[in-house]
Formats: sequence, structure tokens, C-alpha cells
Amino acid sequence: MAVLVIADHDNQSLKDSTHKTVTAAQKLSGDVDVLVGGTNAAAIAAEAAKIAGVRKVLAAESAELGQGLAEAFEALVVPLAANYDAVLTPATSQGKNISPRIAAKLDVAQISDVVEVVDANTFVRPIYAGNALETVQSSDAKKVITVRPTVFKAAGEGGSAQVETIAAPAAPAKARFVGQEIVKSARPELSGAKIVVSGGRAMGSAEEFQRVIEPLADKLGAAVGASRAAVDAGYAPNDYQVGQTGKVVAPELYVAVGISGAIQHLAGMKDSKVIVAINKDPDAPIFQVADYGLVADYKAAVPELMDELSKVGK
Amino acid sequence: MKVLVPVKRVIDYNVKARVKADQTGVDLANVKMSMNPFCEIAVEEAVRLKEKGAATEVVAISVGPTQAQETLRTALAMGADRAILVQTDQDLEPLAVAKVLKAIVAEESPELVVMGKQAIDGDNNATGQMLAALLDWPQATFASAVEVSGGKAKVTREVDGGLQTIEVDLPAIVTADLRLNEPRYASLPNIMKAKKKPLDVKELGSLGVDTAPHLKVVKVTEPPKRAGGVKVETAADLVMKLKNEAGVL
Repeated sequence: MAVLVIADHDNQSLKDSTHKTVTAAQKLSGDVDVLVGGTNAAAIAAEAAKIAGVRKVLAAESAELGQGLAEAFEALVVPLAANYDAVLTPATSQGKNISPRIAAKLDVAQISDVVEVVDANTFVRPIYAGNALETVQSSDAKKVITVRPTVFKAAGEGGSAQVETIAAPAAPAKARFVGQEIVKSARPELSGAKIVVSGGRAMGSAEEFQRVIEPLADKLGAAVGASRAAVDAGYAPNDYQVGQTGKVVAPELYVAVGISGAIQHLAGMKDSKVIVAINKDPDAPIFQVADYGLVADYKAAVPELMDELSKVGK
Repeated sequence: MKVLVPVKRVIDYNVKARVKADQTGVDLANVKMSMNPFCEIAVEEAVRLKEKGAATEVVAISVGPTQAQETLRTALAMGADRAILVQTDQDLEPLAVAKVLKAIVAEESPELVVMGKQAIDGDNNATGQMLAALLDWPQATFASAVEVSGGKAKVTREVDGGLQTIEVDLPAIVTADLRLNEPRYASLPNIMKAKKKPLDVKELGSLGVDTAPHLKVVKVTEPPKRAGGVKVETAADLVMKLKNEAGVL
């Protein structure tokens, strides 16, 4: 039994979610290959080859793959899938875009957002915004799976897999890349950060969000997140959104400032190790999941918190 | 241009799902059901395309039980022209739904299918992509802006890290993300008018589609509960506890 992991990268470097998906793949089989499709594929493949326990890395170079077009990945992966018993992709926006297309072409079900591999046919996944966990058994000979990266440990370094360059098949020209706007940030990436500071609707404006949340995040070396309410109101860019419809995070420390804690938001952060809530409403649902709750107006509480953090050398 | 909009009847997004004691599923008896929020956004976008003159007809479709007719009436009240229910009491997997939709696409020949990016019950985020694959149509998922003209759609997509814009040739599949639009409320006169709009009911069996499940649900359980936390009085307390008790600072 062999497993193919489709690597997550930004055409510059490999992302941590790939290492985590390799860990999930290793629970299925010892023979794990990694596929890197994109531009700069050779350099990224060399990084993937260093992941401990990887058997082989396949590198396919093309502009369409680099642009993440699902049609290009379908053309690349579907023929390759003949050699594998499972195809795993991290459940990032890219993974979610390409994986179901591959599953349908192979006429198999996709098992989305897997949080536990029970055995080679049995998997656990959250449903209903994380309010229930479903254990499913697949009868498909070939499995197509997306993996929730936050719940798996990243596979270590120290491997020395062989890199094989493969040709990228011509992609159907029905979809074309026009452009992209990537938000530049010096802070750690939200889904991989050890600490996340999130702001909610209580901030009231984008200026206030930046004034309050960002300095606190910088002090803690944290990534910045936001509730859907804050994103919809335009206080924060939409890729900051934590929740069922945004990113799922599981940092060591999650600080929710002025967030009530709607179930859709909790779905994105309730696996955090320690949750801190600062909210002036003592009945806010966020306090039901928070390890430490401070009932206070953030306007007073955040500056005090900043002072106290300075005192302990942060 | 004809636009097809698949919609799903799901548990209302404000309701907290409760797992059944026998672990066979989530208890849906006497629970408020509504149109999946992403489907509402898809219907809204299709109706706006019609209002802009880019679309001529909007057809809503649902695959599900008799009660899904209510969901279709909601779509009609929002501005869809007619509706199709593929009736079944089976709870279909995304692949099966995609196959049913493919059969309907063959009958209806729409040039655009607009649907939600995921349903809030199964949280699969797969049906749109699967339908695109089965039809060999291009896909534009997680759309936050759609522009249709000259046999093409220019779609801005929400991706990790920001936004991406792609152009797809029609026919195509677009899946709606939250920020594509704000769905309208159906007005009372429109709800009344929607009752008179055509709603075709087809039996799932009549389509000759293989809907056999590929996945067996072994059990459905509650997620582990978080241990109850404590309230702290001051920021100083909080920092001390985080440093000494939790050890995360």
C-alpha cells in the first residue's frame, strides 16, 4: 500500500501543513510519496525530500500548477493515482479546491477534513461545525482524503528521499489565472502560529482593531485572527477569519478579545490548548470554552494586559 | 443564459446540533431547518445576474426529502423562476449529489451552476468541485466576486493569504463564499407569488443514477468537552496564571 501526499507550498517554500499531512499518511502506510506541483518545484521538492520517512518526491513544474488551477492538478494527479491506494491533501483552501475534483474523477468518495486515522479504512471527521465527530468507514479501494493539519504533529526532518522530476501534463485551457492579491504580513502564519490573538465586533472599527489587537499580538509574537463579525464589518481582512468558514487553528494560546463565541467561531479554535477570553458580557458563550476568562471592557483590559506582560519580560 | 442553483435544506445555523444518545447521528427531530447559508448566497448571486441582464432564467434544484420543497419555495421567493426537487429520503453523499446534478444539467443545459461552497451539516466542501469534474467543466470555488460576460466568468476567489482572480470559460461551476453578497429577505408578496411558481418533483429512481454510499457511518459522537475554566479578576492575575499555571507564556 502506498500513499501520495500533495504538498502545500507557495511556490517559494514548503508549508508546515505538508509535514502534518505526511504524519497522517504514515498512519496509513509506510510508503509515503510527496508530490510537488508548481513553479520552483525542484527547490521545494528538495525540501520535501528532507521530511523524515518520505519514500520518494515527485516534482512537476508548470505555470498552471503554480497558479493552483484545479484542472491542472486533476490532469497531473488522476493518472498518478493508479500507483497509489490513497491520495492525501492538507485541508487548506488549495487542498479543498483540488481534492474533490480528483475524487470524482476516480469515482470515489472524498473524506473531508480528517482529524483521526483509525485504520486504513476508518477515519474520524468533524461535522455540524465541530459539534459532532463522525467515524466513517470507506468501501472505496482508493481513498481520497483531506487532512485537518492542525490536529497532526508535523513530521520531522532528517529524511533523504529521492527526487524524481515528472512532466506536467497540458492542462485544459478552460480556466486561466488572472491575478492575485496576497496580504503581506511579518507575523507568523495564522494556521501554524503558537499564539493567536483574535478580535471581534466589539472593536468597532478597522482603526481600533489595528490599535488594540495588533500591538498585543506583536507583544506575544502571535498571529492575528478575527471573528466573522469583525471581517464582515471590514475591521480585518478576510483571511484573518477563524471559524467554520475561515481557518481552523489550534495554537497553544488563543486570546479572544471582544468575541462573543458563536458556534461557527468556536468550530475554528476550540482545539486550542489554552483559551483566554476578554469580554465585558459575563454571559458571552466564549466563557464556556475559555480556560481563563476576564470580564472587562477590552479598552481597559488590553492596556493593563500589555503592562503586565511587560513586567514578565514579554 | 440559464443558471442552475442547487440548494440544500439543513439544520438552521443558529441551532446547536445534538448528538443522539445511540450514536447513530445528530438529532434532527423537531429541530428548525433552513436553507444552507451558502446556498442563500448562491441564489442571491444568480438572481442578481438575472437583474443585471446576464442571466435569463434561474432554476433552483434540491435533492432531498419532501420537506425540501420549503427550501425551494424560499429560493423562488428570492427570485428564482422555477424549481426542481429530486425526491429521496436517502441521505446522499456529495459524490451522489454531484451525479444527480449532472443528470439534471444534461436535461436543463444551464451555462452556469452557482452553488454554496459547503453545507453546514456535512461540512464536506466537495459537491461543486465533484460536479465540475464529472461534467469536465472548469470550476471557480470560494467566489467573493463574479463577473459574467462574453461566454466567460471572471471570478475572485478567497484563498489562504488573500484573493486570487481567475477567468473560466462557460459553462462553468462557481461555488459561493460568504462575502460574495448579502442575501435578500423574501418579501411577503414575493413569498405569496412563489407559491404559484412551477416546482417539478422527480423521483430519484427515475434518473438512473448510482447513489450507493461509499462511506458507512460507524458512529457519531460528541467532541470531547473542554474542562470548565475560571474567571480571573485582573489582567495581572491572568498573566500570572498563564505563566505559572498554564505555562504558555
